[in-house]
Amino acid sequence: MSDEIRLGVFLGFGMITLVSGAVVALARTIIYSVFALLFTFFGVAGLYVLLHADFLAATQVMIYVGGILVLLLFGVMLTHKIATVQLRSASMQRGPAALICGGLLALLLYVIFKTPWPVKELGPATPTVQRIGRYLMTDYLLAFEVISVLLFAVLVGAALMARRETNR
Amino acid sequence: MIPLQGYLVIAAVLFVLGLFCVMTRRNAVTILMGIELILNSANVNFIAFARYCAPDIQGHVFAIFVIIMAAAEAAIALAIVLNLYKRINSIDVDEVDMMRG
Repeated sequence: MSDEIRLGVFLGFGMITLVSGAVVALARTIIYSVFALLFTFFGVAGLYVLLHADFLAATQVMIYVGGILVLLLFGVMLTHKIATVQLRSASMQRGPAALICGGLLALLLYVIFKTPWPVKELGPATPTVQRIGRYLMTDYLLAFEVISVLLFAVLVGAALMARRETNR
Repeated sequence: MIPLQGYLVIAAVLFVLGLFCVMTRRNAVTILMGIELILNSANVNFIAFARYCAPDIQGHVFAIFVIIMAAAEAAIALAIVLNLYKRINSIDVDEVDMMRG
């Protein structure tokens, strides 16, 4: 792939990510925010592909789009009376928040462009799945086991909290 | 080729948008969406550094753990939100003051 095409794809995915991210943060209707979040996740997955993170891109699409987004949609649908209340999301204190966020963004951009990043020579794309699996089973085995216990606890806890209280 | 700074700028703007979402929204589900934006921006940074600076791809492993944490957090938080809605019929975070927080 030539450099111009790569840059164009990068800019395209970056624009998708940022514009839909802005819609998530600013839209007045919750449903718009949720569907804009879908495009944000896809844009980030595209950036992962450009960074040669094939496994991460697939994981992003499967877990975020297939799991978390559906959960959020359930949350929106279940916590609003669709027939009576309009699905609006009020916001508050936009002025101070915009001030703080703008200042933080300026600081971050200053740091990003002032720091001499130790960029290495970029190699060709190689498959990552095997190396990730090897890391998970050697260097990061403890974290892997701990996070599996965490996921089990979350499974039980969420089911316990969200069910109907019947025998009380 | 794309410079490292391009990815870092996208991640920074995404982080700030998520922070703005968390700071201004009053609906609990929308605040959760802002948190997802912040976690995604952190992941973009991890993977960009893994590609451009690190000798190997440990950053990918960290990103996987971040995704797992995000899934767990979304599940638990939505269970709490549903319970809240059942009890006080609202998910406006300003009205949840039973604990006088």
